[in-house]
Amino acid sequence: MIVADKKPIEEIIEEIKDHEKILILGCNECVTVCEAGGKKEVGVLASALRMYFLNEGKEVKIDEVTLERQCDHEYLEEIRDSMDQYDAVVSIACGVGVQFMAEKYHDTPIYPGVNTCFMGVTEKRGLWTERCQACGECILATTGGICPITRCAKRVLNGPCGGSVRGSCEINKEIDCAWQLIVDRLKSLNRLDDYETLCPLKDWSTDRAGGPRKVVREDLQQ
Amino acid sequence: MKSGSNLEKVLKAGHFAFTGELGPPRGCDVEEVREKAQHLKGNVDSVNITDNQTAMVRMSSWAASLILLQEGLEPNFQMVCRDRNRLAMQADILGAYAHGIKNMLCLSGDHQMFGDHPLAKGVFDIDSIQLINMVKIMRDEGKFLSGADLHGTPKMFIGAASNPFADPFEWRVHRLAKKVNAGCDFIQTQCIYNMEKFREFIKQANDMGLTEKTYILAGVTPMKSVGMAKYMKSKVPGIEVPDEIIKRLQGAGKGKVADEGIKFACEQVEEFKEMKGVHGVHMMAIEWEHMVPEIAERAKVLPRPVVD
Repeated sequence: MIVADKKPIEEIIEEIKDHEKILILGCNECVTVCEAGGKKEVGVLASALRMYFLNEGKEVKIDEVTLERQCDHEYLEEIRDSMDQYDAVVSIACGVGVQFMAEKYHDTPIYPGVNTCFMGVTEKRGLWTERCQACGECILATTGGICPITRCAKRVLNGPCGGSVRGSCEINKEIDCAWQLIVDRLKSLNRLDDYETLCPLKDWSTDRAGGPRKVVREDLQQ
Repeated sequence: MKSGSNLEKVLKAGHFAFTGELGPPRGCDVEEVREKAQHLKGNVDSVNITDNQTAMVRMSSWAASLILLQEGLEPNFQMVCRDRNRLAMQADILGAYAHGIKNMLCLSGDHQMFGDHPLAKGVFDIDSIQLINMVKIMRDEGKFLSGADLHGTPKMFIGAASNPFADPFEWRVHRLAKKVNAGCDFIQTQCIYNMEKFREFIKQANDMGLTEKTYILAGVTPMKSVGMAKYMKSKVPGIEVPDEIIKRLQGAGKGKVADEGIKFACEQVEEFKEMKGVHGVHMMAIEWEHMVPEIAERAKVLPRPVVD
């Protein structure tokens, strides 16, 4: 899932302080699971903002809506009829949702209420860790199912580098060395021979280097 | 001859190589480079010029290498994967060679968070092993990475680093094998303090036939103080300092610690001279260049051979 983290309330206040009719828009997907932008967080943020404006002596209308998703036309259309009631929206979906909203509702400023962090997993409640960078050319078959692009701080494809110490990365003891994990995994899969094969140069054109990306499935567009 | 560099000639002739290191200045003070170079001149076969070491911005390694050439020393141009993509790397290799630089050391580079610009984006377009292979393709096949022909090929003597003390230990020698397969001509190791572990590493390399395919220069950094030893033990990733070294320095007595550090370094050099599979020593006297003449003298590696 896409993992996001709440922006500090002060930053959100700075974004919206000059508006008077504000919609806080949540998303029922990834950001709900990582407890950053679901219905519950919409409620918490709306209450905090109401409190702030009350203390400031400003009359500001703050509404709450949480859509099924903010990355599909059909759900964003659900609020079309009510959009003219607002002079600003704080979307606490991921950056995808914020942008899709902005594309759809040209005349309304859409502000981000979360920082979109990465694609990852829930290790336990309150702890999410990164697993995929969407580089567009998956090499997990050769690395025992552990991604060095995502999990190695230097994206070393023929690792480990000289900074791997007792299973940890040189940048932080709390971070596992991806290549220690890969070597351990290849060992348990009995595939250590794979280790000495030189990993070829990475084609970054499928990553961000190639500019904004798209997936086209003509069979589905019929 | 692959490059005809002095370092290559010395190694090929079967001499025990002795290389030095020089960190470029944090500014454009040419005199600082010249001053450091004078201490190394005649005492080493080639001088590594570090490339933004520990991710601190310094005068670029190729530029400081050129100053060394002007001073009549042979540089070993270090290049890290952290700061350049494959275009910049190839361009700098061509430019460096065009100006007479004949040795290169291919490195991953310390992570940018250790340096003075921790907010920077690390490039890491290719890794150090792919860099080795890229220089080899340029040199031996006369091609860019794209496959296009080069007009004039950089005849570099290709070096790489090896850290026997990083983990997983049993796989360090296999990574060395990868570097050899990728095309490196010589290896300079991380600073060695744990001699027992290094002996085991070099035995593995000998058993795998790697020391016949590449020259290995053992890395030595003399300890200047007990504080330095403790710092390297606890703070520098991938460096192992056994407690007995620290005890030995502590026991040296006031004012004699640095001398004891040099003494230990010289004992190491003596052992490396006799060690099968070790072809030389890379002396990294960090910010201690002025001590290199004395270290070289006491390590009995002078005079340096002159090979035509």
